[in-house]
Amino acid sequence: MEKFEKMTGLVAPMDRSNVDTDAIIPKQFLKSIKRSGFGPNLFDEWRYLDHGEPGIDNSVRPLNPDFVLNQPRYQGASILLARENFGCGSSREHAPWALLDYGFRVIIAPSYADIFFNNCFKNGILPIVLDAQVVDGLFQAVAANEGYALSVDLEAQTVITPDGKSIAFDVEEFRQHCLLNGLDDIGLTLQHVDDIRVYETRRKQEAPWLF
Amino acid sequence: MAGKTLYDKLWDAHVVRTQDDGTCLLYIDRHLVHEVTSPQAFEGLRLAGRKPWRVAANLATPDHNVPTTPPENGGRAQGITDPVARLQVETLDNNCDEFGITEFKMDDIRQGIVHVISPEQGATLPGMTLVCGDSHTSTHGALGALAHGIGTSEVEHVLATQCLIQRKSKNMLVSIDGAVGAGVTAKDIVLAVIGEIGTAGGTGYAIEFGGKGIRDLSIEGRMTVCNMAIEGGARAGMVAVDQKTIDYVKGRPYAPTDGQWEMAVAAWRELHSDDDAQFDHVVHINGADIQPQVTWGTSPEMVVPVDGRVPDPAQQDDAVKADGMRAALVYMGLEANTPINTISIDKAFIGSCTNSRIEDLRAAAVVAKGRKVADNVKLAMVVPGSGLVKAQAEKEGLDKIFIDAGFEWREPGCSMCLAMNADKLEPGERCASTSNRNFEGRQGQGGRTHLVSPAMAAAAAVAGHFVDVREIGE
Repeated sequence: MEKFEKMTGLVAPMDRSNVDTDAIIPKQFLKSIKRSGFGPNLFDEWRYLDHGEPGIDNSVRPLNPDFVLNQPRYQGASILLARENFGCGSSREHAPWALLDYGFRVIIAPSYADIFFNNCFKNGILPIVLDAQVVDGLFQAVAANEGYALSVDLEAQTVITPDGKSIAFDVEEFRQHCLLNGLDDIGLTLQHVDDIRVYETRRKQEAPWLF
Repeated sequence: MAGKTLYDKLWDAHVVRTQDDGTCLLYIDRHLVHEVTSPQAFEGLRLAGRKPWRVAANLATPDHNVPTTPPENGGRAQGITDPVARLQVETLDNNCDEFGITEFKMDDIRQGIVHVISPEQGATLPGMTLVCGDSHTSTHGALGALAHGIGTSEVEHVLATQCLIQRKSKNMLVSIDGAVGAGVTAKDIVLAVIGEIGTAGGTGYAIEFGGKGIRDLSIEGRMTVCNMAIEGGARAGMVAVDQKTIDYVKGRPYAPTDGQWEMAVAAWRELHSDDDAQFDHVVHINGADIQPQVTWGTSPEMVVPVDGRVPDPAQQDDAVKADGMRAALVYMGLEANTPINTISIDKAFIGSCTNSRIEDLRAAAVVAKGRKVADNVKLAMVVPGSGLVKAQAEKEGLDKIFIDAGFEWREPGCSMCLAMNADKLEPGERCASTSNRNFEGRQGQGGRTHLVSPAMAAAAAVAGHFVDVREIGE
């Protein structure tokens, strides 16, 4: 996993609550057996005017000019500003894969669905939780200022606005550590092989029907 | 010291180690695998030169992509015609063969939706931790297990280590107080709960469902309720073990036998919240107040009783919510204040991991018997949850009832719940569906989904519009 320390990026606003993972990456693209290449189909049904299928050339498809990510001012965005319960629904990790492949490294929202939130950290995406009023203020600032960019510092746990205002955010210590260092979870867990073996030995005595 | 909740007990029994910051390594007893969320995980194992930690803990089946058309209509006997879908199922077959994982392949009568086959086989047991790369894994909590969905990175993590890195959730109790009325099903209960707490109401919690309204349910009904815990934001839903749980498990192929059975039952009888257990949040709903439910919008929380009307965004004070409601009405092609029972449907779908078990099919068949699918309904389909459910239904003659009424009788799979196979809605089509998600495009781009119980879906199919199943009788 690519490590995440700090970044400054253009902000794109996704102004609707309960954005589900079916919307982030529709089901027909889940047939892929790869982890990469989902970016062109991020938000496919909102982004294009026609119906998308795997294997077709997305560069010739008609774009929906009303969709936020198609507007010229948000090209190159790497921070997604979102509303409540972002990433709800299906557990598909294809959703963070698509966001990452498109170029998003940070999401800012008042709340996330649990599984999506967890999946982001496994892929080097930082999902930041900020108070709903603060998020509302950011939506207004993005709308009012073309080219609005934020700086994010994971170690300091701050979001810095263009006028230099610092907004603090919380992140679980272990998740922060893994993301800062780009650590592989499996490698970390396998450092505790002995603990797992001890657990299994004890559990086989208590509940042999589970083995 | 306060007593423990069911969730506390399940959690505590599976902690391998705890770090200083409270992050735990949690042992996983059962891992279910399907074709969509596993190929990248197996590839990761191979690239790292790793093997599954405990092969026997895994059970696999293809379900999302499989065709459900009957063999005589060029169905699954010919294999999967979509080459991309076929490759994904073949990849699962190859991965399971390579790593020695038990898989119920497409031509096995035990094949079906992963959340139907595991309890059916006794592979889901009380007291287990169970995970799967699928959000509806919460289903298995109905047996007093701790079960939740995971992403593909965690699928690989469980394969490699038999553990997950987790932090404990908070405890929520949702109590259905008193009995529900006749004609009100498990699906209506859980839709009413989601309507009450909202789709994010359970975020950060593990929900225990309790109260007489839950205890009265069969194990199949409890699975329907726990299945949709995730639609209320909770990764895990669960129900305490009682005699029904133990009777359900007994004699199933993967259930304990001989001396271990008595030992297991003794342990399982402890799987309930203590009387003095403390919950972080408690929700009470009066069972008698729950009516048959129909969703009207594009989120499961957008739900009303069948005798209600489509809500009016003008009456909603919260501006963001009102905007969401307006967008949902546009997508759904509905006007505010329309009576639900005047909304016509184009298709009906009875199936999915929420409602494709034998009890669901029986409930739908009671309504379908001796009636005909209405002329305006283009397609009404029944998709059993597994090959064994299908066989049981055929033994009871349910297939004949459905076919006589004009329903299509299909092969098992996820089907039109998420429309990864050929079963899907066309743009603008309206469907009475027993599945779990009414998101935009979920059942096909532009498709309009209304979530209902199996009896209500069958009633809508024969009436041609939504109708209170209690009014049409048997």
